[in-house]
Amino acid sequence: MNKNKTAKRHSKIWQLLLYVIDQTPKSQAAFLNLKKVCEIHLKGRYHIKVIDLDKHPQLAKGAQILAIPTVVRRLPSPVRTIIGNLSDTERLLVGLDLRPSG
Amino acid sequence: MKQKVANPASRNPSLPRCPTGIQGLDEITGGGLPRGRPTLVCGGAGCGKTLMAAEFLVRGVVEFGEPGVFMSFEESEPELAANVASLGFDLPGLVRRRKIVLDYVHIEPSELQESGDYDLEGLFVRLNHAIDSIGAKRVVLDTIEALFAGLRNEAILRAELRRLFRWLKTKGVTAVITAERGREQLTRNGLEEYVSDCVILLDHRVVDQIATRKLRVVKFRGALHGTNEFPFLIGDSGISVLPITSLGLNHKISNERIGTGVRRLDAMLGGRGFFRGSSVLLTGTPGTGKTIVAANIASAACRRGERALFFSFEESPSQIIRNMHSIGLHMDAFVKGGLLRFHSARPSLYGLEMHLATMFKEIASFRPQVVIVDPVTSLMDSGTPSECRAMVTRLVDYLKAKHVTTIFTSLTQGGHALQQSEASMSSLMDTWLLLQDFEGNGERNRVLYVLKARGMAHSNQVREFLISKNGVDLVDAYIGASGVLTGSARAAQEALEKATTLANLQEAARRKRELGRKREVLERQIGALRSEYETEAVELRRIDQQVGTRTLVLSTERAASGRLRQADAHTSNGTRDKPKFANGRP
Repeated sequence: MNKNKTAKRHSKIWQLLLYVIDQTPKSQAAFLNLKKVCEIHLKGRYHIKVIDLDKHPQLAKGAQILAIPTVVRRLPSPVRTIIGNLSDTERLLVGLDLRPSG
Repeated sequence: MKQKVANPASRNPSLPRCPTGIQGLDEITGGGLPRGRPTLVCGGAGCGKTLMAAEFLVRGVVEFGEPGVFMSFEESEPELAANVASLGFDLPGLVRRRKIVLDYVHIEPSELQESGDYDLEGLFVRLNHAIDSIGAKRVVLDTIEALFAGLRNEAILRAELRRLFRWLKTKGVTAVITAERGREQLTRNGLEEYVSDCVILLDHRVVDQIATRKLRVVKFRGALHGTNEFPFLIGDSGISVLPITSLGLNHKISNERIGTGVRRLDAMLGGRGFFRGSSVLLTGTPGTGKTIVAANIASAACRRGERALFFSFEESPSQIIRNMHSIGLHMDAFVKGGLLRFHSARPSLYGLEMHLATMFKEIASFRPQVVIVDPVTSLMDSGTPSECRAMVTRLVDYLKAKHVTTIFTSLTQGGHALQQSEASMSSLMDTWLLLQDFEGNGERNRVLYVLKARGMAHSNQVREFLISKNGVDLVDAYIGASGVLTGSARAAQEALEKATTLANLQEAARRKRELGRKREVLERQIGALRSEYETEAVELRRIDQQVGTRTLVLSTERAASGRLRQADAHTSNGTRDKPKFANGRP
């Protein structure tokens, strides 16, 4: 039952939002690092949306964006936030809750 | 910049200010916060940082037409709105009218994962967007230190904060940044390192269970500012800083005199009572009738149609009214007529500043001509002597500027007529009346005298102060060799004097009678002597006549015998024998 539910959750599409400002090296690195991890762990089950706050500054307030770059896992809930260029893969996995919890 | 270096003296006028609109703060800072620069407001928990920042913003909109951005890191928008609503600030209304933007930056460390390098450009974007959306001139960051709890990478955070404050300067907004007070430095995380143009320190300390808020401008780059600690308070209408030193000694004075309600007391004060707008100190030991004199003065003002405000720190209004009934003063009529207002509060209710502010507010709303503070000494207990003196100074100055006659009653401890606090306070007072009691002959009597009365001829006499159900009166006290006599001793002395006078009168009458008698006796004696003399004179005349007759007879007889004897002129022998003849003849 429990296993079934987990499988069900994993089968859903992950919605990831990447907030950046302009095409800086930091934001590009973040996008590449995120994509790499998703390809390994969530192949075919994820969707990354890049939001440029330079173009949509009004979105920053609602999304509680402070640091750039920021990844927000919109789905599955609960919402999780990871900040940085995501070079630390271990922390990214913890942040996305992709670490097998045992 | 060049100009600054070339002529440092011209820096002050050239440094533009951003008025806060906070009562008193602009006076201390010489016009406001440095315009276009960040100001750090630091202080411990609950000292009013957020409130001061919010007031800066709200007053900026309301009074100076400068929109503002409030970026909160601790309180959510509804919380913030509720908190400042208690001070009469309508934050949501201002937000709706697009005068203020509220932005709550929420960081939950448990929901946040850091991975690799980042910056706080998101914060910049938010702030920039908020500023540009309403054309904000003022920005508040409250409390940006919350970021230190939310973000683990302190190196990045510090670098970003430094960049943020620089960016705020280039943006040209006047910013207020609040921070927690640190243990060894001004702020917990050393924000003063980044914000160095103006630093204001707030303090909330408790002395003798009474809390007082203090404000100090620690630093104000390129400007003169008051460096003292100033008490401030948070009232119904926001923060008010009470600068003592800003009050000058240049109030206009009046030559008008007002009566005290006690005719003999007026007489002691040059015949016409106090000067309008003067401050009067009424000191006395317990139970000497300070409140009664004060109530008389207040009632006299009401009878003249003036308004009197009675600050009572020991008795409730109804108690005063009831007690004054016993001496024939019906103050309730004045209260009903709207001429008399009581304000009663326990001195320990709040700190001195709050008392002062409450009094200022009452005075401003009631606009009285006479104010009674009964007793000022109980207020003194809620602060240090210097604080109290400062408070009384401020109160006296405020009331003098408004031409309000003020009566401060002051309780002295039994035994000592004057206390140190009063001696220092008395220099602020124009008139000083002293009530004292004298004990002796198994009774206690009150006396009153004028210790000083600036600008008027006043009596130097000690008068006995009588309280009866018909009111108060002053009577001449008997001053004798053994000191001042009052009460029954005075009455006894008066009786004694009366008896002495009577005795003297009787004595005089007696002497007069005696004199009359003596004169009568003398006259009688004179009469007797005179009659005796007359008797003697008659006798003498008779003898004289007899002698004359006999001589005539003798000489006639001799001549006859001579003729008979045919004698020669040996008259001498014959003369000697003559009496023999004469005697032997009959």
